Amino acid sequence: MSYFTMSKLALKWALTKPVTTRYPFEPRQEIAGSRGWLVFTDENCVYCNVCAKRCPTGAIVVNRAEKSLAIDHLSCITCGCCVEVCPKDSLGLIPGHGKTQVTRDHEVFEKNGKAST
Amino acid sequence: MSRTVIPFGPQHPVLPEPIHLDLVVEDEKVIEARPSIGFVHRGLEKLVEKKDYVEFVYVAERICGICSFIHGQTYCQAIESIMDVQVPPRALYLRTVWGELSRIHSHLLWLGLMADAMGFESLFMHSWRVREKILNIVEATTGGRVIFSSCKIGGVRRDIEAEAITGILKELNAIEQDMRDVCKVFLDDSSAKARLCGVGVLSKKDAYDLGCVGPMLRASGVSQDMRRLGYAAFMDIPVEPVTRSEGDCYARCAVRCEELMQSVRIIRTALTQIPAGEIAVKVTGNPNGETIARTEQPRGEVVYHIKANATKNLQRFRVRTPTFANLPAMLSILPGCELADVPIIVLTIDPCISCTER
Repeated sequence: MSYFTMSKLALKWALTKPVTTRYPFEPRQEIAGSRGWLVFTDENCVYCNVCAKRCPTGAIVVNRAEKSLAIDHLSCITCGCCVEVCPKDSLGLIPGHGKTQVTRDHEVFEKNGKAST
Repeated sequence: MSRTVIPFGPQHPVLPEPIHLDLVVEDEKVIEARPSIGFVHRGLEKLVEKKDYVEFVYVAERICGICSFIHGQTYCQAIESIMDVQVPPRALYLRTVWGELSRIHSHLLWLGLMADAMGFESLFMHSWRVREKILNIVEATTGGRVIFSSCKIGGVRRDIEAEAITGILKELNAIEQDMRDVCKVFLDDSSAKARLCGVGVLSKKDAYDLGCVGPMLRASGVSQDMRRLGYAAFMDIPVEPVTRSEGDCYARCAVRCEELMQSVRIIRTALTQIPAGEIAVKVTGNPNGETIARTEQPRGEVVYHIKANATKNLQRFRVRTPTFANLPAMLSILPGCELADVPIIVLTIDPCISCTER
């Protein structure tokens, strides 16, 4: 029977800097390649509606007539399905968690580059 | 002596998910345990009628938050088997790597919860500290921390570059040493042993007869592991099941500790031998047929039954999850135990109620 097996581990970590961070005073370090937030760039977008059709949660609404695209970030599960099917690479996923959102407002992107919620 | 019924759960400090047990006790001794489940039933199996078979991967992955990747992988394997899709070898190796990373993070999560149930708070924190390193590897390679979303029908969505493979192999050495330090406390410490040894003993015959799976079965001495079926890259990477003969809570803990090391070895082998080439093939058409897919999740064998009728929606989808298979055994070892040992016994089956109820 051994009684002090934890002592070595406890002593080592008592003398080491904590692995935890002082969030939110110290922001979380973003990991490259993480699927954090869905972004849209309208430069090449042809408003083909494929992303909206394939989105498993229906988080994207495309208005072809008005040339606008809207994202409901609370519904988006950042699965990357829309990014994969987009023929013009207009959608992308970036690390980080974007803006804090507490309502179901869509983030609307219009052809002239204006974004609103 | 008069009997008392004590409700255990659905909200209880040792339970990460809700299950309710009515414990019939005489003094401090448990005489009977009556379970009731159904608190997190979401009707995911019925969703196949609404979601098409391609986007159902996302639903399958959300059956459980911990073994999510292997759920997605099993679903994909089942569909690929119906549609006779040949998945590229590199994708199979990547699936194996992510599946084993998923197993490590699940076992480390369980070890932490077990330490917490024993009242060993610092050990709980250390288990989860190591788990965080695994989650970082997963996030860097797949993009998600627990819902990987990297498996799709016909292959995988992301590749791991050669440079990243070198980094992971280097990181694994440090993680392996960290895990050894943590497991040593679970297996050697006198207070941990006093809490686990001889508690909730399940004989080899009972484990087999009651249909146990996974570490619960292997801890009772039955050598069974679905990875030996040779799915994904296990055709090339042999797996010897980790077994113990005692059948108590300590044995179940020891099996999981050894499986951590085994998974590290598998990842190392897979990343070293990974073949070059494509990571996915294009899948067209709709599935038509019926199949069963079996894989080894961290908690044990999962069985998927899928029936498709050449339409984009599946006709029938049924999942038999490991916790569902282990519940009868848990109920058989509870009678006769002390009331204070109930949390430990319930936890050693690694209950995943979200899986069980779907």
